[in-house]
Amino acid sequence: MAYKLNINGKTREVDVDGDMPLLWVLRDELNLVGTKFGCGVAQCGACTIHLDGEPTRACITPVSSVEGAKITTIEGISASKIGAKVQAAWLEVDVMQCGYCQAGQIMAATALLLQTPKPTDAQIDEAMEGNICRCATYARIRQAIKQAAGMATADTREV
Amino acid sequence: MDDRFQPSRRLFLQAGAAAGGGLMLGFGFEAQALSPATVDLNHFIRISLRGVTIISKNPEIGQGIKTMLPMLIAEELDVTWDQISIEQADGDDKKYGAQFAGGSMATPMNWLPMRQAGAAARHMLVAAAAAKWGVKPEDCTTKAGFVLNGGRKLAYGDVAADAAKLTAPDPATLKLKDPKAFTIIGKTHKGYDSPKIVKGQPIFGIDTVVPDMVHAVFVRPPVFGAKIVSADLDAAKAMTGVKDAFILKAADYGDDWLHGVKDGVAILASNTWYANRAREALNIQWDSASGAGHTTEVYAAKAAELLTAAPVKVTSSQGDVDAALAKAHKTVTADYGAPFLPHVNMEPQNCTVHVRADGVEIWAPTQLPGAGRDLVAKAVGVAPETVVVHMIRCGGGFGRRLENDYMVEAAVISKKAGVPVKLTWTREDDIQNDYFRPGAHMRLEGGLDADGRLTAFRQHAVTYTRDGKVAQGADVDARGLLAVTTAHNRMAESYIETPMTTGYLRAPSSNLLAFVSEAFVDELAHAAGKDAIAFRVDQIEAHLKEHPHTEAGNPWAYNPERMRDVLKIVAERSGWGKTTLPKGTAFGVASYFCHQGYFAEVAQVKVSDGFFHVQKVWVVGDIGSVVINPSHAANQVEGSVIDGIGEMYGEITFADGGVVQSNFHDFPMIRMPQAPQIDTHFHITGFSPTGVGEPALPPVVPAVASAIFAVTGMRVRNLPIRPGDLA
Repeated sequence: MAYKLNINGKTREVDVDGDMPLLWVLRDELNLVGTKFGCGVAQCGACTIHLDGEPTRACITPVSSVEGAKITTIEGISASKIGAKVQAAWLEVDVMQCGYCQAGQIMAATALLLQTPKPTDAQIDEAMEGNICRCATYARIRQAIKQAAGMATADTREV
Repeated sequence: MDDRFQPSRRLFLQAGAAAGGGLMLGFGFEAQALSPATVDLNHFIRISLRGVTIISKNPEIGQGIKTMLPMLIAEELDVTWDQISIEQADGDDKKYGAQFAGGSMATPMNWLPMRQAGAAARHMLVAAAAAKWGVKPEDCTTKAGFVLNGGRKLAYGDVAADAAKLTAPDPATLKLKDPKAFTIIGKTHKGYDSPKIVKGQPIFGIDTVVPDMVHAVFVRPPVFGAKIVSADLDAAKAMTGVKDAFILKAADYGDDWLHGVKDGVAILASNTWYANRAREALNIQWDSASGAGHTTEVYAAKAAELLTAAPVKVTSSQGDVDAALAKAHKTVTADYGAPFLPHVNMEPQNCTVHVRADGVEIWAPTQLPGAGRDLVAKAVGVAPETVVVHMIRCGGGFGRRLENDYMVEAAVISKKAGVPVKLTWTREDDIQNDYFRPGAHMRLEGGLDADGRLTAFRQHAVTYTRDGKVAQGADVDARGLLAVTTAHNRMAESYIETPMTTGYLRAPSSNLLAFVSEAFVDELAHAAGKDAIAFRVDQIEAHLKEHPHTEAGNPWAYNPERMRDVLKIVAERSGWGKTTLPKGTAFGVASYFCHQGYFAEVAQVKVSDGFFHVQKVWVVGDIGSVVINPSHAANQVEGSVIDGIGEMYGEITFADGGVVQSNFHDFPMIRMPQAPQIDTHFHITGFSPTGVGEPALPPVVPAVASAIFAVTGMRVRNLPIRPGDLA
């Protein structure tokens, strides 16, 4: 079936089975491979995209359910002022090890800051808990989120 | 100058054996003109009028090597970081020498030769400029990509073509920079590919797209060694998007169940999701008899039985441990167990391969490209020279991508289908077909004298064999303090045969041994009535009094002095013994030597509601005279510590030869809220720099286990720890 999708401000047409998750439409139909496959069952967050600004797991989101929605992927996140700040903070803090999960982390972090411009450590934990980083760059992700938010970067959790 | 090198201007700087399966460091370079405008001063540096390109030879798995190796070259070449661009080498060990990511070996193996490569190029550029000016090379200097003489200067690009015509120098004659003059080494250089990563650019193996490529999945047996009986290929082929489906049989590819093709069904489709959806239609019948009895509980019962009997093999012995234990003032005996563990790289295994009539082209995330090339050549029946491996950035390594099984599968599928294919594993494929860190069951016995000094240590480990040989990654002989500082000790093993594939997980052996050995040291300290750091330091100093350390020049030999020093420093930095902690919270310590690095770590752990939370970890590491790229090194330490804590949460279990767990819902991963604060300190010493991808991981596990004991009085002798276990 043919679907018309609004991805990063552009209209893209695909002809696929309606059950196909958006992840595989992006990756294998449209060659937008910045959105990553990690688990296929919404457990790791590597495929996080924004659906009308909400962080969403593309791996369990059928393409038939997203017609008419504004889809933003990592390739388009720099168009958002917050998204660009998050990307810059990620580079400044030198967050990356392997980097595979970081597109999803950046999408989740951007969504957090869009809704909560100055998050507490507890709010960061809650927003980011769904995103696994196998290299465990969590301390730097926390720091980069705070840096993007223009906050002091110290970890304020109980010690 | 050695004349042997004149005809080809080819120079081999060093050759030798390395750890990790007989890998050789062969390192050569030659001066070679590529085109009038671009010259290859050696295989690692390309200089043209447009700029300097440095080729990074090793696989990038997130350890930062693509940035780090070029730093070594750039330092001695005497260019600035913004003058260079970095290119990833293809797999070609004839050209580049050993190429692999493993054993934290890149630093010790490349510290000298990469700097020599840079210095050799600089030497030739200076000689070329001096000749042009008619002056002596000794009267020239270099700075930031220029050769200088008096007030004159020539850009490297302007003399590169002349330099390429010169004879490469003997590396032994090259004078390397005084470390005090370093401008690149020792200063943070951020990840070279990071700007691409934050934009989602296609740089990982799984992002590879080649013309006419078809997406493929491979359905493997549910049980190790199972044979396929039948599959409904037509039903799968009738599904939307499916282009082809066929059976592969291990018997057609040499029946190598460790690294070769397994029985199964390949499905090819226009989209990975279509290929995966068609799995259900296959209705595969398997003969799974091979797995019977290979069950975690069966292994545990067998291990318990073996531990009560005499060991099958004594692997090392010193003094008379039986007599020493019999006359010890106090003895401590404890049984420890640790489970099988998976690697779970975030990027699932994948590989893109095009098998053509004239050769094979591979795009792979791999830690060991040469071995992959050889496996593929064998499986598809071509000469290894016709196989090209493009090393694509790996979304994590952790030892999983040393195995290359996915590369072989993709190659065989491409050959059979006659098209280029991208094979993608699902997470379920990954967790159920890993080369697991082998578990172990161990009995440890220690004997203390009246002064609380450990005099005797005996270990009986039940570990695993595969086809009668100790399985990959299943070596569990105690090392370090327990082995080196006791006059009487014996390591012995008994074995359980398993068909399950095992392998090397980040800090192999050490990630399990450190837990067992160092948690036991904490028990010994407690039995001796001593502070856990004082016990270790006293043990080392008493040992050194009798046996002064004489092997400082051997980086593989445990150096008790280096260990003592990091222990003392971590005590200071953490406030060990001087900090009053709230009820329910305590410190634990451990130290470990592996991969040539010395790490001591203190964990502050809170126990509540029957589970543990690590609040903070202090890390002191001695990895030698310089930390080459400080931000990356600290990142590796932070990741190792959190990774190590995560290894305390989960396990892989088997049921009749099949893996029980399948995805992140039943194999829990450590996440943001569980990640502690980390204080990292590198203790700079006079020793040659070593790698830091692994050695910071092992000690955190026993440090946390010891802290849990300090809070609860419960010894953690078996992993994993599940919620509620500490109630």
